[in-house]
Amino acid sequence: MRSPEDRGRVPWPLALPALLTICFLLLPLAGLIVRAPWRSMDRVLAESQVVEALRLSLLSASAATVLSLVFGVPLAWVLARARFRGRGLLRAVVTLPLVLPPVVGGVALLLAFGRRGIVGQYLDSWFGFTLPFTTLGVVVAETFVAMPFLIITVEGAFRSADRGYEEAAATLGATRLTVFRRVTLPLIAPSLVAGSVLCWARALGEFGATITFAGNFPGRTQTMPIAVYLALERDPEAAIALSLVLLAVSVAVLVALRDRWLTTGTAA
Amino acid sequence: MTLTGGAQPGGPATAGALDLAVSVRRGEFRLDVAAAVAPGEVLGVLGPNGAGKTTLLRALAGLTAVTEGSIRLGDTVLDDAATGTFVPAEQRPVGLVFQNYRLFPHLSVRDNVGFAARSRGARRAETRRHADRFLGQLDLAALADRKPAQLSGGQAQRVALARALAAEPALLLLDEPLSALDARTRLEVRSELRRHLADFPGPVLLVTHDPLEAMIMTDRLLVLEDGRVVQQGTPAEVARRPATQYVARLVGLNLYPGTLTSTDGQVRLADGGSLTATPSDQALVAETDVLVALRPTAIAVHSERPGHGSPRNVWAGTISGLELLADRVRAEVEGQPSALVDLTPAAVADLKLRPGLPVWLSAKATECDVYPNRPLPK
Repeated sequence: MRSPEDRGRVPWPLALPALLTICFLLLPLAGLIVRAPWRSMDRVLAESQVVEALRLSLLSASAATVLSLVFGVPLAWVLARARFRGRGLLRAVVTLPLVLPPVVGGVALLLAFGRRGIVGQYLDSWFGFTLPFTTLGVVVAETFVAMPFLIITVEGAFRSADRGYEEAAATLGATRLTVFRRVTLPLIAPSLVAGSVLCWARALGEFGATITFAGNFPGRTQTMPIAVYLALERDPEAAIALSLVLLAVSVAVLVALRDRWLTTGTAA
Repeated sequence: MTLTGGAQPGGPATAGALDLAVSVRRGEFRLDVAAAVAPGEVLGVLGPNGAGKTTLLRALAGLTAVTEGSIRLGDTVLDDAATGTFVPAEQRPVGLVFQNYRLFPHLSVRDNVGFAARSRGARRAETRRHADRFLGQLDLAALADRKPAQLSGGQAQRVALARALAAEPALLLLDEPLSALDARTRLEVRSELRRHLADFPGPVLLVTHDPLEAMIMTDRLLVLEDGRVVQQGTPAEVARRPATQYVARLVGLNLYPGTLTSTDGQVRLADGGSLTATPSDQALVAETDVLVALRPTAIAVHSERPGHGSPRNVWAGTISGLELLADRVRAEVEGQPSALVDLTPAAVADLKLRPGLPVWLSAKATECDVYPNRPLPK
């Protein structure tokens, strides 16, 4: 006999692929944990290069997130609210780095901000300022790749936010800027946090654009993903250990934010 | 207390009269309204859904652009399509209580009420004092630290009013302020809201589609239908002599358009039949378009044609429906003219009324109120 609870049962054409997908996604992570050189972890993690790379990664990913917030949120608002010709095209262009291979992004950054790039040559000759192969270069590369994640998330939130509250604020004498600061931003806070987390995670894992634009100088531009990749040839045990550290950081962020923000963030 | 930086263009918010004559076009819809509201007067805007009531409020608040005409508040021109004058919403001394209140969900009650002061640059302590004054006035002090989600419907309504009043507007607009409340809360809030509106020094516009609300909370009524003003007058006038079927239904009257055929009160009805009325209006001359209003309680139902000495108006009809209202039964009778008739349940039982039953109706000429049917503005 069928009962109403049977409605919750999953038909096998859906259950089987779902199960396979779970295995596919979790097996590599399991492999990482099973093959982890637990005994030599201390040794690997104590190496100054590893500590340097981890510090640099956390720092640059955070800096990239801050930059993305400062410059991405206003753009997201413009894309969501301003009415002008070519807005659709602009949105497409802005989100291009989402689909662009990161290495190509790195090359493009070099052509723009490199020592002989279209902007970079003036930065160099006028101010003696070079961006590529510096820590700031790492931040720029990560921002370039990660910012669209933030923009897309926040733009969607701006677009679906209830305009009624903004009208109410206007009737109470709030200027547009005040409305933005005191009503719109607080209302989309969950999406803002969700977008920042996405952006930060993407920046933390950035590899292609970073190594192309900023290179691989330990302590200056060598981030964790680059360190992992290089260690894989020289010292596989170290690579696994470093990967575990990155995994741990990612999981920690997810757990820390899940309850407070991510669930509401996706709903908003 | 004045707010720092709270100067409005055209001087501080003073109690000036509202004077408007506007057209607002939005696609196919067109709203044409001309009205004047004195300081301290509450103008009720009554009308069915889609009549343009909310559009009117939005135009006054500066949230919707006016296509033609002008809006003046005291000495200030808020809108003038001819000169291109448009004062943006945030610079208008206009308070608007939205239908669903639109309290900021992320701010406490106190911060909601203090929002206007803060927007105009008041300092935190000053804002707090200002907000607390209005919270006290509306009996909300105990709720100051709550978030809107923690309020009951009646409380949220009060906070919305406090927030609008705390902006110290010169014109107050309320969009169906009680429609989101359940019937019992509505009763409580209504009398309280009426008191606060009476204290407000400037003109007030109260949009509603609740006839009772319109009757007891307003000084004057403006009836909007389909974007046009179909009637203006005191609540008593509108209730006694409705100008359209919509208003007649709201106030529970039978309304018949027709033509006065003689000065002794014979009216040829537009939908067939005729009624004899006692014209109270001496100015009525023959062959003018008139309306006849007839209360459902003033009509009697008979199973046989009433005989000698009966009322002047007697006509046949068929019961088409019966509905129990609180303590009486409303019968729908089809005939020439059709009518709503109110009876006691005992009378319904005595006459064995049921749908499909042929009956006779009668009404005294003195019960038929006849008055001019003024053509609607095009």
